[in-house]
Amino acid sequence: MAGSGSSHLRADIDAALRIENLVVEFPAPARKKVSAVANISFDLAKGETLGLVGESGCGKSTTGRAIMQLPAPTRGSVRLGDTELTSLKGESLRQTRPRLQMIFQDPISSLNPRRTVHQIVEEPLNIWGIGTQAQRAAKVEEVLGAVGIDPVLAAGRRPHEFSGGQCQRISIARAVITEPSVIICDEPVSALDVSVQAQILNLLEDMKERYGLTLVFIAHDLAVVKNVSDRVAVMYLGKMCEFGSPDRLYSSPAHPYTKALLDSIPIPDPEVGPKPAALTSGELPSPIDPPSGCRFRTRCPYAQEICSMVEPQMQMVSPDQHVACHFPLVATQPQDATTVDLTKRPSGGDGGDAV
Amino acid sequence: MTTGTATPPSAPTVRLDSAPSGSAATKSKRLNLGVAGWLAAGWLGLLLILAVLAPVLPIPDPNTSFAEIARKGPSAGHLLGGDTIGRDLLSRIIYGTRASFAVGFGSIAFGFIVGGIIGLMAGFFRGKVDGILTPLMNILLAIPQFILALSLVNVFASGGEVTSARRLVVLIVGLGVVSVPLLGRITRANTLAWSEREFVLAARAMGAKNWRIMLRDVLPNVLPSMIAIGLLGVGIAIVAEGGLALFGVGVQSPTPSWGNIISEGQSQMRNAPHIVVATSVVLFLTVMALNFLGDLISQRFGVKESAL
Amino acid sequence: MSANEQNFDGAKGDEVDVSSAAAEPSRSHGIPGAKTLLDVRDIRTHFRTPRGVLKAVDGVSFTLERGRTLGVVGESGSGKSVLSRSIMRLLPKSNTIHSGEVLFEGRDLSGLTESELRGLWGNEISMIFQDPMTALNPVMKIGPQITESLRLHLDMSKGEARETAVALLRAVRIPEPEKRFNGYPHEMSGGMRQRIVIAVALACGPRLLFADEPTTALDVTVQAQILDLLAEQQRERYMAMVLVTHDLGVVASRADEIAVMYAGRIVERAPTKELFANLKMPYTESLLAAIPRLDQPSHSRLEAIGGRPPDLVNPPTGCPFSPRCPYARERCTQETPQLVTVDGHDGHEFACFYPVGSPETEERRVEIATRKGAA
Repeated sequence: MAGSGSSHLRADIDAALRIENLVVEFPAPARKKVSAVANISFDLAKGETLGLVGESGCGKSTTGRAIMQLPAPTRGSVRLGDTELTSLKGESLRQTRPRLQMIFQDPISSLNPRRTVHQIVEEPLNIWGIGTQAQRAAKVEEVLGAVGIDPVLAAGRRPHEFSGGQCQRISIARAVITEPSVIICDEPVSALDVSVQAQILNLLEDMKERYGLTLVFIAHDLAVVKNVSDRVAVMYLGKMCEFGSPDRLYSSPAHPYTKALLDSIPIPDPEVGPKPAALTSGELPSPIDPPSGCRFRTRCPYAQEICSMVEPQMQMVSPDQHVACHFPLVATQPQDATTVDLTKRPSGGDGGDAV
Repeated sequence: MTTGTATPPSAPTVRLDSAPSGSAATKSKRLNLGVAGWLAAGWLGLLLILAVLAPVLPIPDPNTSFAEIARKGPSAGHLLGGDTIGRDLLSRIIYGTRASFAVGFGSIAFGFIVGGIIGLMAGFFRGKVDGILTPLMNILLAIPQFILALSLVNVFASGGEVTSARRLVVLIVGLGVVSVPLLGRITRANTLAWSEREFVLAARAMGAKNWRIMLRDVLPNVLPSMIAIGLLGVGIAIVAEGGLALFGVGVQSPTPSWGNIISEGQSQMRNAPHIVVATSVVLFLTVMALNFLGDLISQRFGVKESAL
Repeated sequence: MSANEQNFDGAKGDEVDVSSAAAEPSRSHGIPGAKTLLDVRDIRTHFRTPRGVLKAVDGVSFTLERGRTLGVVGESGSGKSVLSRSIMRLLPKSNTIHSGEVLFEGRDLSGLTESELRGLWGNEISMIFQDPMTALNPVMKIGPQITESLRLHLDMSKGEARETAVALLRAVRIPEPEKRFNGYPHEMSGGMRQRIVIAVALACGPRLLFADEPTTALDVTVQAQILDLLAEQQRERYMAMVLVTHDLGVVASRADEIAVMYAGRIVERAPTKELFANLKMPYTESLLAAIPRLDQPSHSRLEAIGGRPPDLVNPPTGCPFSPRCPYARERCTQETPQLVTVDGHDGHEFACFYPVGSPETEERRVEIATRKGAA
């Protein structure tokens, strides 16, 4: 896995965001470098949500920040609509900010504790001098209402008076107030309880519809990613393993790593029982000195000699599934019994149809 | 430690669960400090009012000698008695507040502004800016501070014709320079920590310019600890002026300051201990009050971040 | 169902004598015949806050047998973390009001002095916290953090303690344990640190382990590894475990019994399989429905629970879940339901007037579905 290539890019779409051959490297001690993101490409049509999944350290958040140019990537191209962001600097880059926004993982850390909710949400409008004071106030009231925060009660309060879920709503209000075209959501629900997580995921869907947003949704939980995404990219150690529609990826994962991730999800059903941990051995190798060839080979149960020598390229499994692996599971094991089990609906009493 | 052998669970900050224990504890602590804080603020306020109103207060002129009270303790009309040459001690302490406060607050204001700007820039921009500014502050720290202030006064404000106003300004700048690394380092450390926060990244993602982020997002969060350390510094500066006075380079007589009252009085420690004792008590109470107030500010304005 | 108001207070009376008799030979490990390791009786933990008394834990009772796992599930603010700390007596004394009894091997922990408690902590009862980054001392080598409690509680020599610690590191599958013994926590990843935390907790062979959201801060892949590791160690050591989490998915396949907490109380408790097959409490149903599932198509609307957990200083009258409950009726806002046992299912209790499956609830469910369909 852990391949490069771009067979999954679409030429025929009106892309809201197109990332090509993105590389992010950081300096490391002893003149080495950390290869955090190594040649990632993907595109998003307007109104689409791309899910970016992987373990911590796989480079998914770094990818998100590189798209924001915070900091700018080492190499590669980031096109927001018709604008090539990597060629912009200083003031001209700043001018693109209202079109590209971000939501962060830690809802409390991402709000300034000393400012009121009104000030926080209004800030982007103030920065850009948009509207009169009355217009700005009306807009703040509108977006706060849209995210389910009572503008009258909340406006004068500070973030510490709110729960994590409410803080995340305020973050979302701040992100949509400039009506951006793309929002990068960096693990927006990872710090939240399941009950609150569901509220925020539903809210993001509503916001997408209301403001016509295109989302890059970064998460480590595949079930969450599946719920929100139109297309999913699975990352491992700075490379992309598999790319495709969530339904395909989840019903028949082609990459051994995707399957391992799927098998790790705890299923809320005692009859299913825990699977023997898919990746019992080892941890993520160091990105300072990544394995040769396929970066996943050191933990892959199917690895062979070729995997250490040749880096696999993205290849098409079907129009909505692409994989970078020398021995993809779909070709060798088209009917995977375990995978079918996984998706079986648990028997009664789970209350799944509750209102 | 996991096993909880030694420490009770620390108050969670980011996770929203089980906050009550921690937040309740800090709140009650804050209330206790409130009483002492008011006393402290009251004492400083009283001194300030007395110093400002000194000319209209029913006290003798601080520079007039009354032979009969020289080196004598408290008496009617002279509540704290007289100094070595018979000037009214209470009056000199009250007038001395002016110079002592001017030196204390003035020098720290200097350090606050210069050190604050340096620390904020170094902590916010890091990299090259930090690489230039921080070593500069460290050099200042490496010079023995007392010697630095002493030599500044000696070079710029000694000799016959130097007015006491000029001496005061040089003292303020001299002690201010000394306080720059103190305030600069605390500002830099706090700025470094706050600049890591995601709301700073969020502001940048919104397109906020650097100065805006520094002033509106970082500075308000750094300010409480700067003020707390600053107030501590005011106390130190007032005491330091007293130390310089012993070397004859403090505020110049006849203008009174707590420092030169003590330094003049110490030669008569045996005959007239009240001079040193009374002034030292005032000085001590003031330093205590400043420290208390510093604590109060860092408690009261320390950020509340845990919800629930 | 509501008439059957048998609650814990009723059952409590008969048991007191038995356990106080058993409490006599206190340090003998394992009273013959007694399978119960931990017996928690009506504990309440209230905090004095400037706003008033916060009832974080308000009348919780349960028993835990040797070698078994109890999953405690609830949202943030449900009191689940405070519960485990109350049982361990780890909360600061200054602003806390405790009541109730905690019998550990028949011994009442509330009667113990600070130093007697210290003899228990880390020795017979251990705890793992959520954040492996802060649970270890960053300036202390890993080895001494494990040997510390071995030498303190088990009086081991330096050499013995070192050997035991290396064996423990191997048991929690730390690669190159001899080398890691002399390493520092910051040299390791989050998953590896949580393994070390577990090794520290297991060092003295505790009979009871509290795991407070042990995997919340970790990746799913690592979560599976850590949960497997805990299960394996638990089996080998015949250790009981209280697994606290907000995710029903985590406990579904790992706990023998599950207690769902809401507003400081247990609102449903049952053996795991029974709970999932036959859940009664609308809150449990909502918690389960909120989990995004792989078998749902993309963009399916999740069944979020509206609102937020109640303010524990001013809880609502009646059932604390009633303001958020889709099936709440007038009675729910006036009376507080007590735990009742499900007919024919010993060990399954819930606190609800109109449980899932009752005619009233099903009627309301149909109503909601039609309204939704119409809209």
